Amino acid sequence: MSNTGIGKRVKRKEDRRFLTGKGRYTDDINLPRQAFAHFVRSPHACAKINGIDASEALSQDGVLGVYTGADWVADQLGGLPCGWLVKSKNGADQVEPPHLPLAPEVARHVGDPVAVVIARTKELAKEAASMVEVDYDDMPASGTLAKAITPDAPQVWPDASGNVSFDWEVGDEAAQQAAFAEADRIVEIEVTNNRVIPNAMEPRAAVASYDPNADSYTLYTTSQNPHLIRLLLSAFVMQIPEHKLQVIAPDVGGGFGSKIYPYSEEVVCTWTSKKVGVPVKWTADRSEAFMSDAHGRGHITKAQMAVKNDGTMLAFRVETYADLGAYLSTFATATPTYLYAPLLCGIYKMKAVYANVKGIFTHTVPVDAYRGAGRPEATYLVERMVDKVAGELGIDRIELRRKNMIQKDEFPYQTPLIFQFDTGDFEACLDTALEAIDFAGFEARRAEAASRGMLRGIGVSTYVEACGLAPSAAAGALGARAGLYESAIIRVHPTGSVTVFTGTHSHGQGHETAFAQIVAEKLGMEVDNITVEHGDTEKISFGMGSYGSRSLAVGGSAISKATDKVIEKGRKIAAHLLEASADDIDFEGGEYKVKGTDKVLPFGAVAFTAYVPHNYPHEELEPGLEESAFYDPANFTFPGGCHITEVEIDPETGVVKVVDVAAADDIGTVINPMIVDGQVHGGLVQGIGQALYEEAVYDDDGQLKSGTYMNYTMPRAADFPMFKVGFHVTACTHNPLGSKGVGEVGSIGVPPSVINAVLDALKPTGVTDISMPATAQKVWRAIQEAKAAQAAE
Amino acid sequence: MQDFAYHNPGSVADAVAALKGADDGKFLAGGQSFIPVLRLGLAEPSDVINLKGLSDLQGIRDGGDHIAIGALVTHAEVETSDLVKGALPGLATMAGHIGDPQVRNRGTLGGSVAHADPAADYPAALIALKATVVTDRREIASSDFFRGLFETTLEEDEIITQVKFPKAEKAGYGKFASTASKYALVGVFVAKHGSEVRVAVTGASARYFRVAAMEQALAAHWSADALDGIVVPPDDLQSDMEADAAYRAHLVGVMAKRAVSAAG
Repeated sequence: MSNTGIGKRVKRKEDRRFLTGKGRYTDDINLPRQAFAHFVRSPHACAKINGIDASEALSQDGVLGVYTGADWVADQLGGLPCGWLVKSKNGADQVEPPHLPLAPEVARHVGDPVAVVIARTKELAKEAASMVEVDYDDMPASGTLAKAITPDAPQVWPDASGNVSFDWEVGDEAAQQAAFAEADRIVEIEVTNNRVIPNAMEPRAAVASYDPNADSYTLYTTSQNPHLIRLLLSAFVMQIPEHKLQVIAPDVGGGFGSKIYPYSEEVVCTWTSKKVGVPVKWTADRSEAFMSDAHGRGHITKAQMAVKNDGTMLAFRVETYADLGAYLSTFATATPTYLYAPLLCGIYKMKAVYANVKGIFTHTVPVDAYRGAGRPEATYLVERMVDKVAGELGIDRIELRRKNMIQKDEFPYQTPLIFQFDTGDFEACLDTALEAIDFAGFEARRAEAASRGMLRGIGVSTYVEACGLAPSAAAGALGARAGLYESAIIRVHPTGSVTVFTGTHSHGQGHETAFAQIVAEKLGMEVDNITVEHGDTEKISFGMGSYGSRSLAVGGSAISKATDKVIEKGRKIAAHLLEASADDIDFEGGEYKVKGTDKVLPFGAVAFTAYVPHNYPHEELEPGLEESAFYDPANFTFPGGCHITEVEIDPETGVVKVVDVAAADDIGTVINPMIVDGQVHGGLVQGIGQALYEEAVYDDDGQLKSGTYMNYTMPRAADFPMFKVGFHVTACTHNPLGSKGVGEVGSIGVPPSVINAVLDALKPTGVTDISMPATAQKVWRAIQEAKAAQAAE
Repeated sequence: MQDFAYHNPGSVADAVAALKGADDGKFLAGGQSFIPVLRLGLAEPSDVINLKGLSDLQGIRDGGDHIAIGALVTHAEVETSDLVKGALPGLATMAGHIGDPQVRNRGTLGGSVAHADPAADYPAALIALKATVVTDRREIASSDFFRGLFETTLEEDEIITQVKFPKAEKAGYGKFASTASKYALVGVFVAKHGSEVRVAVTGASARYFRVAAMEQALAAHWSADALDGIVVPPDDLQSDMEADAAYRAHLVGVMAKRAVSAAG
């Protein structure tokens, strides 16, 4: 038996080094003779580059080189690719313009790198970069999504008419229209999903070196998926064969999606390390991170829901404009299509759903997957709409949800949009959350708050999401240009300790602990005997990294499979040693045992025999005890649940204070409840941050107005109450662990509950709509406008 | 960040001499504004003179009719000082609303006052409390001290040694902080000195300002209700993404009332 196996609150093995400042991040890597890169970035959102004069920079002692987009083009290298092909409804491929690491002719967003200076010191690189004179012709820009979709908006790309990359649809439009025809009422809503900046605590960084003897490169980079970076650099960007390129992502301090993608900076460091003959290092400062990390969200949506007067939801029609930024990042076209629209059914049984999504270029930094990636946008729309339906029909919002939700005995449930949900119990999650927050006692709390002059409100969101990316065949049919399986190697050492190699990547999730718990459970040992390795393409055969809540459901399943293979090989060795048939050997609690006897062999003895095979079934088995597995999931996983938020609004100032949050999630089997609590807490903070505080603001001309922490509000611990986190588990039916994934549930489920709570609180004032982020000024102004409107009536 | 010469003087005279001897010298106190500016390359001094070693600038003393606070006293020390909490609780409360705990543990009274950030909290307190800024060479009434945006009457080489805060009969602070920066979008400090009342506003404008109508109303009747109906015109107020001028003007009224309520 393991005391540190599945379901145990094991303290994280990685926390000692993280909490004592001993983590080893990319910026901690220093190579002999390294030089430093500093990027020259466009101050304009759209500008033609007439020429670049680097002579003064190059004349500085210690400057090793200045390189531009023209140099990249002269080297006949490729661009940063998009990993997903989306087709428009007319069958045309997405418009996919080239994305060179240094813009050669036209800079297309503020912060777009146009040149790089490599110098002996970081300070000199920065100073010399200020001497590089770029002759720009500043041109009109489409700095916001709202502007980019107007008829005469400046064009980001000549090939993308109207700034449209794709005009995509999903769902049966005829069925949707038929359902609308039989409706008693069509409820309409318009929402925006605010663009946000990921703000990982560790800024992006890269250290690249070139070894002329081996003709090979090593790249340390802040990545969520080093193998994907190597694959893309090898196959598309630099044509370095994979055996000549080692990519290492050491400790990484948060990503939230923003560190999935290959970026210009790491590519340029790799490229220039050969040119200057010494390693090249770059670390973003926070201002660079704001203008160069891929942002998230950014939707404008109009939707209609067809309902019966008794509250039956019939069909949903959605039209969305999605901000892509100036270039297509790796998942840029998947996020607002396949990761978004199929979730527009929510947890509800609707006959038909039709969605049309137009992907729009803007003169801004690329937009891509950010914690939740498409699913928060879908959940926000659906759950805002459900509250609106409840209000218009005069039906209780909880009862409306109960009436329409998929019931626990209806799984597997085929939705009208692609997905088949395997398991779930949405009503149990709803009831768990309602009880946790004492929903029944809310009106008394509202009255008490009113006696203090405060407006109190409560908001509900019931959600389902799709993660565990992804069944490769299904993803391929939808346009993915890569497989989405995961690999693992279990290496049992001669004395029975274990090293686990995983192709996923931990950038804060605690894999070193949770994955060890899986193996500990299966092998009947403790996690202290197990080390988990990740993040180095030379150590691990292949992997797709960590995003889309996939690490446990897909990577953990690969680990589980590989461990099963180890157990099976061990069974044969044990059968030989115990002189029994393998069929008669049980493995339990770390021991092989002949059925019905007291003849046992501990796992360690079997491992030792595998490496010291004096008495060994050589004809049947090779020595050694190491197994690998590639696991390709049969389906997506579908976590779901209910998030409820209670707020108090100060009507004099408009300040919204979150006073209580209850989350009840079904994430399948829980490996480490402590880590899972933390994951939910972090997700809730990011979700509430989007709902109340965070917004990437560009002006119409494409200048980033929220470019520092002076004007971009990151949520702080003091902004939140203690969260009430609970679970109602139904095990995933198609992976060996039964796990679904937890990384994104908080940021997906909670935002609409916050806004629904704000609108519930504001009901007495007459305010009926508010957009994210619901800042104090916005709420106060909405109250004033409602007052004025009421006075005018 | 550009290289600079670093000085660590042991006396006020040595500090002044170091600055006089520098091409473009700059005093460093808690560094909560100066270090970020330095790191961003917005200031490129030839010399940085750290005042941390000047023990004369430490300490909080009871001066009978006033509290004298050394220029190097941190916001956290003011926030937690029994002397300040007893004599001027409103000032302790104000100090406890500056930035966050890290900022309050490093940032100093003298540094904040000398920097004269229009969104800093101290200017409103100094004005409302009729404080006197004491330097190495003179005493300056707070009403003569703050000139405008990051501008004071301090000479280039002049060092604030302490600030004297008269023990007002009542004092209170109402702050509406930026969610991002925690600076005051609007901060209103009210103080009652016998029959005289001062209402000073920070954050809302390029320079602190007083609200005469509020001062008169409160002098006549010290209560939050006395401020009902007094409107501050938005014309000269700041506008930014987080708070436009109209919203700020409204907040001045709300925060003034809360300051009076807090003052008791």
